[in-house]
Amino acid sequence: MSHVHEASGSAANRVKTLVGALEDAHVLTERELDASIEAFLSRAQPANGGRIVARAWVDPEFRRRLLADGNAAVAELGIDLAHWAPVKLRVVANEPGRHNLIVCTLCSCYPLALLGPSPAWYKSNAYRSRAVRDPRGVLAEFGTQLGDDVEITVWDSTAEVRYLVLPQRPAGTKRATEDALAALVTRNGLIGTALV
Amino acid sequence: MFQVGDRVRTRLMNPAGHTRLPVYLRGRVGRIEYLLGTLPFSDQRAAGVRSAKEAAYTVRFSTRDVWGADGDAHGSVCADLFESYLEASE
Repeated sequence: MSHVHEASGSAANRVKTLVGALEDAHVLTERELDASIEAFLSRAQPANGGRIVARAWVDPEFRRRLLADGNAAVAELGIDLAHWAPVKLRVVANEPGRHNLIVCTLCSCYPLALLGPSPAWYKSNAYRSRAVRDPRGVLAEFGTQLGDDVEITVWDSTAEVRYLVLPQRPAGTKRATEDALAALVTRNGLIGTALV
Repeated sequence: MFQVGDRVRTRLMNPAGHTRLPVYLRGRVGRIEYLLGTLPFSDQRAAGVRSAKEAAYTVRFSTRDVWGADGDAHGSVCADLFESYLEASE
């Protein structure tokens, strides 16, 4: 899942060869493989991330629980992370003067359940190597200009933990409904390459 | 066992097999940020010990301590590291 690398042409060939070998050895069929991938992805949607953030914006107690124990808090919204893999979810909050950015320098670990499949750039060598070395420069290339005094924390997902950024609630949304707030939340906002 | 706030140094290591200690964080000093409990220990699992587990910690490193003067002045990198990657530091 989390080991998709560049040079996708050769990776695709390797996958094809591997699937062929598994079929020949009667370990699985391509049909079974497709079914399990479909089941894996069926409930993995970026809308999950939006719902979590919107709830945290309107409910300070939920926000506190979310930052303390991500898995338990998202389970309250009916999202069972164990459906995908037994990972620990940690949610990190942007605050005035503090920004968070998520990367996986070793491969491409990503909170797939909450954001859907990851974008190609997240898996690129360029993003993975530069996010930890020059996060401010990388953010600027995404069109996200942070003041020099803003502290940036980069979270490198090196073990069985998945990170999600809790963006700051945008100004002028005091009267917005929870659903309207959820619709404002973008995938890049949850990775930290954009503000919301 | 380390506690939140403890200063730790990552080991200088270059194992032949799988490891989750990134090269850019080897031999660096940081602080324990968060206790992750016991997690599946990837290094040994990759070597075939499927039940291997180990205590893990989120460790925060100042960007300057990782990249020197070329690092961002106001930043840090946090990584999730297994206990055997770490030793206590002054």
